[in-house]
Amino acid sequence: MSRLQTTLLPPLLAVLFAALLCSIALLISGDNPGAALAVMVTQLGAGTTAVDVINTGAVYYIAGLAVAVGFKMKLFNIGVEGQFRIAACVAAIVGGLLPLPPVLHVIVILLTGMLVGMLWALVPALLRAYRGVSEVISTIMLNAVATGVIAWLISPAAFGFVQGNNISTPPIAPTGHFPGIDLGPSGTIFGMVFVAALLGVGYWFLLGRTRFGFELTASGESPTAATAGGVEARRMVLIAMLMSGAVAGLIGLPEVLGREHAYTLVAPQGYGFTGIAIALLGRNHPAGIAVGALLWAFLDKSALALDNIGVPREIVLIMQGVIVLSVVVAYEIVRRYAMAAEQRRVAAELRAQQQPVAEGAAT
Amino acid sequence: MTDTAEPDAPYAVELAGITKRFPGVVANRDISLRVRQGEVHALCGENGAGKSTLMKILYGQLRPDEGTIAVNGEPVVFRSPADAIRVGIGMVHQHFMLADNLTIAENVLLGAERRLGIGAKAKAEIARLAATVGLDDDPDTLVEHLGVADRQRCEIIKVLYRGARIVILDEPTAVLVPQEVEDLFETIRGMKAEGYTFLFISHKLDEVRAIADSITVIRRGTYVGTADPREVTTRKLAEMMVGSELPSPQTRESTVTDREVLRIEGLQLAGEGAPLLDGIDLVVHAGEVLGIAGVEGNGQTELVETIMGIRRATAGRIVLGHGDRARDITKATTLERREAGIGYIPEDRSRHALLASQPLWANRVLGHQTRPPVARRRLIGLINRAAARKDTQRIVEEFDVRTPGVDVPAAALSGGNQQKLVIGRELSGDPVLLIAAHPTRGVDVGAQAGIWDELRAARHRGLAVLLISADLDELIGLSDTIKVMLRGRLVADADPATVTPEQLGAAMTGADGPEEGAA
Amino acid sequence: MTAPATSRPVPAARARRLPGWATSMLVVLVGLVVLSITATLTGQLQLTSAGTAQAAVQLLLPILFAGLGGLWAERAGVINLGLEGMMILGTWGAAWAGYQWGPWAALAAGAVFGALGGLLHAVATVTFGVNHIVSGVAITLLGAGVTKYLSTLLFLPVSANPRQSPPLRGFDSFSITPLTDVLDALVRANLVFVTDVAGILQGLLTGLTPTVLLGALAVPVTYLLLWRTAFGLRLRSCGENPVAAESLGVSVYTYKYIAVIVSGGLAGLGGAALVLNPGQLGYLEGQTGGRGYIGLAAMIFGNWRPGGLLAGSALFGYVDALQLRAGGDAVHALLYAGTILAVLVAVLWFAQRYWLAAVWALVAGLVVYLVYFFVDTIPSQFAAFAPQIVTLLVLAVASQRLRPPAADGLEYRRGEGD
Repeated sequence: MSRLQTTLLPPLLAVLFAALLCSIALLISGDNPGAALAVMVTQLGAGTTAVDVINTGAVYYIAGLAVAVGFKMKLFNIGVEGQFRIAACVAAIVGGLLPLPPVLHVIVILLTGMLVGMLWALVPALLRAYRGVSEVISTIMLNAVATGVIAWLISPAAFGFVQGNNISTPPIAPTGHFPGIDLGPSGTIFGMVFVAALLGVGYWFLLGRTRFGFELTASGESPTAATAGGVEARRMVLIAMLMSGAVAGLIGLPEVLGREHAYTLVAPQGYGFTGIAIALLGRNHPAGIAVGALLWAFLDKSALALDNIGVPREIVLIMQGVIVLSVVVAYEIVRRYAMAAEQRRVAAELRAQQQPVAEGAAT
Repeated sequence: MTDTAEPDAPYAVELAGITKRFPGVVANRDISLRVRQGEVHALCGENGAGKSTLMKILYGQLRPDEGTIAVNGEPVVFRSPADAIRVGIGMVHQHFMLADNLTIAENVLLGAERRLGIGAKAKAEIARLAATVGLDDDPDTLVEHLGVADRQRCEIIKVLYRGARIVILDEPTAVLVPQEVEDLFETIRGMKAEGYTFLFISHKLDEVRAIADSITVIRRGTYVGTADPREVTTRKLAEMMVGSELPSPQTRESTVTDREVLRIEGLQLAGEGAPLLDGIDLVVHAGEVLGIAGVEGNGQTELVETIMGIRRATAGRIVLGHGDRARDITKATTLERREAGIGYIPEDRSRHALLASQPLWANRVLGHQTRPPVARRRLIGLINRAAARKDTQRIVEEFDVRTPGVDVPAAALSGGNQQKLVIGRELSGDPVLLIAAHPTRGVDVGAQAGIWDELRAARHRGLAVLLISADLDELIGLSDTIKVMLRGRLVADADPATVTPEQLGAAMTGADGPEEGAA
Repeated sequence: MTAPATSRPVPAARARRLPGWATSMLVVLVGLVVLSITATLTGQLQLTSAGTAQAAVQLLLPILFAGLGGLWAERAGVINLGLEGMMILGTWGAAWAGYQWGPWAALAAGAVFGALGGLLHAVATVTFGVNHIVSGVAITLLGAGVTKYLSTLLFLPVSANPRQSPPLRGFDSFSITPLTDVLDALVRANLVFVTDVAGILQGLLTGLTPTVLLGALAVPVTYLLLWRTAFGLRLRSCGENPVAAESLGVSVYTYKYIAVIVSGGLAGLGGAALVLNPGQLGYLEGQTGGRGYIGLAAMIFGNWRPGGLLAGSALFGYVDALQLRAGGDAVHALLYAGTILAVLVAVLWFAQRYWLAAVWALVAGLVVYLVYFFVDTIPSQFAAFAPQIVTLLVLAVASQRLRPPAADGLEYRRGEGD
């Protein structure tokens, strides 16, 4: 199988399988899968849907990148969820409290986000590098701590104030707004969409053109070969986790800087897990993650459209969940199939060559 | 040596005409083996000779392509180890299969709970067997607390508990210190008296002579002969194992200079039981190939990894260079050692030298990511892809790597071509020292010759080479000096031009002690 | 030839050691004493009140079940991060069966739904060799999605709220009356240490439901099954050295499947416990609130043993109960208890000559005391993540002493040995 096939086949299979499963679920519950699909596609032309997909897609893209940096080294930064939320909260508070000139204001907010995200990843990174503690558990614990800290930070006792049914941090002055592209009735594209794109380019550059990116990939693929090649495992773990945290710190900012201009009680959650799903779907590749992010955003927005024709919108959640699970299973199946095919090919070649007995190959 | 074997009883084990083929190699060819009941029978041969394959067949882990097996006179066919266990054969593997967090009793009982349950009766039986093998610990002790020798006893108990009367021991003394070896032999003698039969795989002739009633030698998959240790000389045994002729080194002018490139003093590496490296001293000069001979598992891998910085020495010094350019690299990182000019060809290229799914040019970068041409000279931290590809192309041409291009993943290349790539990479950047561990393992003959030529050419240019090899052709053909490694120490020096097979084989197998002939 | 010294890997702790149950009793006793002292000195009587203990029992149940679920899976070598998702499935199943057929059906259905999630995890990790963590995360996502979907489909018509189930009938709670009466008298008697102990005991024996009994049983049953039967030995061997197990004829795949399915079932029971909580009957979207992960934390805290797991769950449940019932002031008082504990531990370590560790314990005690001194009350949001902080501390400090199964998380393929 060609490399292209082994790369593209699993996600494709996963999406098709998920679509099939969901169609069956819809049929069972008495709905029409065809109509559902039609509505999902046509909604792109209506209202602000297309712009929303791009905006949300950008957010998801950053999430996917944050997770992918760790994934490349077989580090599971489940803490992206907590890192992004606390970074967004603190950045919003700092942005709301500090009066600054226009461009500087935005930059400070962005840097705050990255710094807080990085700090929140510091403890798991140290624990993993120096005590061998699994980053999975430590980041999950810190996610819960983040929830608690955020709840306190936005409470009126700390930095928040009540706003109707909602609690919010001090609103960020217009100098701290990230300007977007206003397309009139079609909506406004977040300015940070371009930051996300830049991040993607940066990620691509880092992986492909820098020593660090090379060592990252090598460590993830074969820690033993990497060590023999001079890569220091501990240093890599620390830098990878911190980088992942820094990028995670940016996830919440497109919405904070482009629309909400504050951090509220109903600020979005779950992007961390979305990032994991997308990174898996996109195989840690900057372009793949972009496609995955857009797909995910598209599915999200479909929920509303489906609602309009009476299909339970949660079918989208099921589809997303099934895609994640089946894409990893599909990777495994395709890999085994490709390996078996490769072995057959090699065996055929060996037979054809009729080598004399090679010694020292058996024990 | 008491002979408890009965001459008229059926053989405990009789293998006849055993042949086993793997893709590209014949591991066993028409091998016969006869073991009497109550006998300690040793199976000797170098690595790759086919000993382990033969034992796996006897234990039911592999099916022979041809040949028959008979146990206690009855022909048998084994489909799995369970069949072998049923007729009373037990195998104590070289690498113990014990769960550290479980107790001795739990490890023994696992899989055999039906025999006596897992309560008091079972533990009583285990305690009885423990006494037979000399294990003092309470069966409820966690295996984690046991030393190496006791773990081995645990493995023996496992086997006995399942009713084995024929016990196969695979390189049992590999990890034991001399006192523990003596204890083990005492135990074996005691059990022999109770009627157990032993099959003992080893390459250490001095030990084998001390315990075996009968020695069968295998070389390169074929049966060489069976000897009675009381009658055969050690030299003769060594010759049986190693061959009666050694390759003759090609006459050439010496390129050895007196510039020291590598100096190792008193290198120690602690292990779980015996030390892995026990006071290594050696010097390699520019233009010299120093070959280390020895059967695998005597510390060669550890030596190489310690020189490269993958393991940290417990004591001793490693110095690179000489005079005022000398650098103590005992505590340097692997990257620093590479940057100082050490090239490394690991013995297991798929685990230590290559990234299988990455393209060839990416593999060119590995180990050289901070040095030109792969690293950009002026922009620190960046990789120059174009330069990497160009240099990979150069390696492909110079070293005759058969590949459709430099973008194919390394896994797509054959073993020989992969190795040529690795060697080309390691010789890039003008190293001063090359560590080559089994550089032509798994490489076809044609590629092998090419690799040897490259190594000779590099030596001619002044490269110092530390060569580890189990292939005597390679060792004698390439080395200027040979040292023999046994049990973590360098035990003998040899001149490749004049050493005889007996001398080399004896040194490699520890047989060159005062004992010769009668025990 | 010289005979170099053989170094024994890990010296066994010989003699001078109390049997396991005695040490546990001692720890519990010390804990009670410390709490009693704290309650008396800080005036926070809620620390040892019956109400707190009773609430703690209800709150620790889901954590206990989830933790046991994690234990079963990890003892067989499979990391189960999908516990949260299986718990969510359990809550839905329990509510769905509960409002139609009563509480016992709710328990059963909760277990079954959770077990289905476990089956999915087993198929992905054991048969397809998918990375355990990825599979776990995927199943949590899937569990949440499926549950929301089913709720909209099946609950909305009945309860008019897609996030909530129709009202359920729970178990009737009962108390061990003769004992509780005696304990009540002791509480009223207001004797220093006795009242505190009596208060806690009274809470433990009041307001019991079959769910509580199930949880109480699950701990010793798990221990007996896994440590005292052939089945358990084989299961644990899969998590310690699957290659060795396979070589001895153990069907590793089978045991992993069983373990993970049981794991899911237990997580589902945890969900059922949430749904059948007498104080808050029914399914509510998001009610699991990360308890699946807290269960994992309790498992780590308990060093992968059922007894320790129970202690961890009890600790986490207790802090939760205290915070809910008595607010930040009571949790603040716990800092005082923490100081006392730190000092006691330091004394113990001094006596055992672990000088450096003892000094660290003293320093920690001092830090905790300073926090206690300068902070008046612990905001509720912070108390909410106390379990996680404790777990992080345990991980950071005791990571060498922790003993997870040796082959935990290993992607095992049959025939991989040798």
